[in-house]
Amino acid sequence: MFFTYLGRELTKRKRQSALVATGLAIAIALVVVVNAVSGGIKSAQTQALSGLYGIGTDISVSKEAEPGQGGPRFDVGSADGKTSGTKRTFSKSQLRSEPFIGTITETELAKVKSVAGVTASIATLKLNSITFNGTLPTFSQDGSRGGPVGPDQDGNMPAPPTGGSDGAGGSSFDVTTFTVEGVGVSLQKIGPLASVDVESGRNFAAADEGTYVALVDSSYASTNSVLAGDKLTIGGKKFTVVGIVASNSTAASTPSNVYIPIDVAQALSSNSGVYSNVYVSADSSANLETIKAAIEKKVPGLTVKTSSDLASTVGGSLATASSLVNDMGGWLSIIVLLAAFGTSILFTTSGVNRRIREFGTLKAIGWRSRRVVGQVVGESLVNGLIGGVAGIGLGLAGVWAVNNWAPSLSATVARATNGFAGGPGGFGGPGRDNAAAAALNLTLHASIDPAMIFVAIGFSVLGGLLAGAFGGLRAARLSPSVALRSFE
Amino acid sequence: MYFLSEVTKTYKGKRGLVNAVDGINLEIKQGEMISIQGPTGGGKSTLLQLLGALDKPTSGSVVFEDQAMQGMSDRDLADFRSKKIGFVFQSFNLIPTLTALENVEMALVPLGIERGERARCALEALESVGLGDRATHLPSELSGGQQQRVAIARAIVKEPSVLLADEPTGNLDEATRDEIVGLLVKLWKDKGITLIVVTHDSQIAKKTQRHLNIKDGKLTENSAA
Repeated sequence: MFFTYLGRELTKRKRQSALVATGLAIAIALVVVVNAVSGGIKSAQTQALSGLYGIGTDISVSKEAEPGQGGPRFDVGSADGKTSGTKRTFSKSQLRSEPFIGTITETELAKVKSVAGVTASIATLKLNSITFNGTLPTFSQDGSRGGPVGPDQDGNMPAPPTGGSDGAGGSSFDVTTFTVEGVGVSLQKIGPLASVDVESGRNFAAADEGTYVALVDSSYASTNSVLAGDKLTIGGKKFTVVGIVASNSTAASTPSNVYIPIDVAQALSSNSGVYSNVYVSADSSANLETIKAAIEKKVPGLTVKTSSDLASTVGGSLATASSLVNDMGGWLSIIVLLAAFGTSILFTTSGVNRRIREFGTLKAIGWRSRRVVGQVVGESLVNGLIGGVAGIGLGLAGVWAVNNWAPSLSATVARATNGFAGGPGGFGGPGRDNAAAAALNLTLHASIDPAMIFVAIGFSVLGGLLAGAFGGLRAARLSPSVALRSFE
Repeated sequence: MYFLSEVTKTYKGKRGLVNAVDGINLEIKQGEMISIQGPTGGGKSTLLQLLGALDKPTSGSVVFEDQAMQGMSDRDLADFRSKKIGFVFQSFNLIPTLTALENVEMALVPLGIERGERARCALEALESVGLGDRATHLPSELSGGQQQRVAIARAIVKEPSVLLADEPTGNLDEATRDEIVGLLVKLWKDKGITLIVVTHDSQIAKKTQRHLNIKDGKLTENSAA
C-alpha cells in the first residue's frame, strides 16, 4: 500500500511534485556542470603543467641556495682570449648551476625516496649554459690601467684608450644562454623527458651515459637552427645532438632547452653527486599533502611543491576560469542547492498542511504517526530522486553543451628552470629574469567524474530527506482531533 | 463498554479556557445505538473524539472495556483505534488519489493484513454497502452518497466494536440521507456493533435507542427523541 499510495500522490499531485523535482534538478545539474568544468580546468592545468614539469609528477622538490652562494659570475683571466693588434677576441663557455638554486645531495635524495607514499622519483640537475663571445681592448694599451684616473702632476689628462671593438677602447659582447638539464639516460616515466616525442634522431640510450650527447627541445632547435647530428658547445665541450624532442602534451616546449646525461652535467658543472630537482610520483593524489609534509620533515630546507601548488603558477584565461569556477561556480552551486532544499522543504511542508485532513483521517483510522511520517518521507525521497536523476540528465546535457562549445583557454606558465615557478629560489628569486614563460592554448573539456553521479544522487536524496523530515515532523505533530476539528 | 466519569476537555480559546466537555458522566453498553444532539459548539464532536480515542480528556476518565484511555500512549491509542473504532465523517474524508477499494484497504494497513487478503476484505466491505462495482473508481468519480458508503465500508471493514458517525448525512440530500441512515441501521442490526451518531437531524435521532443532548459541554439524556 505504501508504494501504491506514494505513486498515486506523486502522479496526482503533479504540479507540486514537478516543482520540487525541478528545483532539485536545476541544483543538481548545476553541481554536475560546475564539477565537470572544474575537473576540465584541473585537467587543463595539469596538461599545461605536465609539459613543463613532466607527466606523472605529483610533487617537485628543489632547494633554495644558501646565503652567499650568489648569482652568476663570469671570470675573464688575463690570459684568456686571443690578441690581434689592438683587439683581444674572447670566447668562453660555462656550464653553471642556476643562480640561487641549492643542490640536493645523494643522502637527501635517498631520504626523499624513502618517504612513505613515494612510488617513483627522478633527480635531475638544471644548469645554465652561458657562452660569452666578444672583443675587449688589450690591457697594455690602456694607460690608465692601475694608475690614477684624473690628470697627472703636470695637469695632463691621461691618453684616451684605444683598441677594442670600436678602436677607442670599447668592448662588444655576445652572451648566449640556454638551459641545460642533466637527466638519466634510461626511459623515464616521470620527469622532464616523460612527456616528449622524438621528432628526429633518437632518444637517450644506456650507452650514452658519460658521453657528450644531447637532446634538444624542438622549439629551441627551430629558433636556433639546430638539427640532429649537429654539434653544440656546452661548458666548453662539443656535444653531439642525437635527437630533437618535443613535448607531446599541449605545452609549447619541454622544460629545458637541452638535455644531457646527468653524470656529464654533474662533472662539467663541478656538481658531482648532487642534483637540483627531484620529480616525485606519489601513490595517491589524496596523500600529496601528507607526503609533502613528510619530505619537509625528513629533509629540512627542501622546497617541496605539490601539483596543486604548481597549479597556482598557471596564469591566463585558464586561471581566470579556474577561479571563476572554483569560487563563483562553487558558491553558486551551494546557493542554488540550498535554495532547492529550501524550496523542497517549503513545498513538502505546505503539501502536508494541505493534506492535514488526509493525515488526520489516517490517524483516526489507526495509522501510527511513524507510518504517516514514513509516507511523507517516502514521497519526498522519491521526489528528490526524480529531481536527482533529472538533474544528472540536465547536467550531462550541460556538460555536452560545454564540450560542444569547446571554449579555448590560454594558459601562461612561468618556465621554472629550477623546476618550480614562484617558489623560493625559483624563478621568483631575486635578480632573476622572469620573462621565460610558456603560453599555451588549451581547449576546455569538461569531464564527468563517475563519483560525481553518486554525489549528485546523494544530494538529491539529502534534499528529499530534509524536505521529508520537515514535512514528516509537521505530520507527526499533527493531532488527529485538531486536524479533524479544523474543518469539520 | 464505555464508562465516562467526570470527563472534562478544556481548550484554549481566544477568550481564555473553554470547557468543550464539562464533567460528563456516561455509560454506554455494547450494541447500543445512540444519538448525540446539540447546538453547534456545544461539545458533540469533542465527546465523539474522546469516545473514539482521538483525544484524551483534560480530567476525568474514559474507560473502554476496562481499559482507561487517559493512561494510554499515542501509539497505543492508534492501535486501539485501528482495531476497535470505525469512523464516519460528515465530509467522508476519503483520500482523493486512491480508488474506493484502496481507500477501504487503508483501514486494514495498520492491522498488518496481507495484501491479497486486504483487497478481498475491502471488496467484501464495498459489496456490503452496495458499491462492489465501484471498487476502482476514484472518490471524484462517485456521488456524495456513494462516497459516504465507501467511508462506511472503510469504517466497518475491520469489524470494529464501535462505529462513530459525526454528522454522517450532513453533506447529503434527503433521499441519500435516508439511504445512508438505512445502511447504518442495517449494519448495526446485522453486525451487532455499538453505533454512536452525532447529528443535528431529528429524523436520524428518532431511529436510535438513546438520545443524548449536549449543550455548553453539559450532557443530558432524553428519554424520548
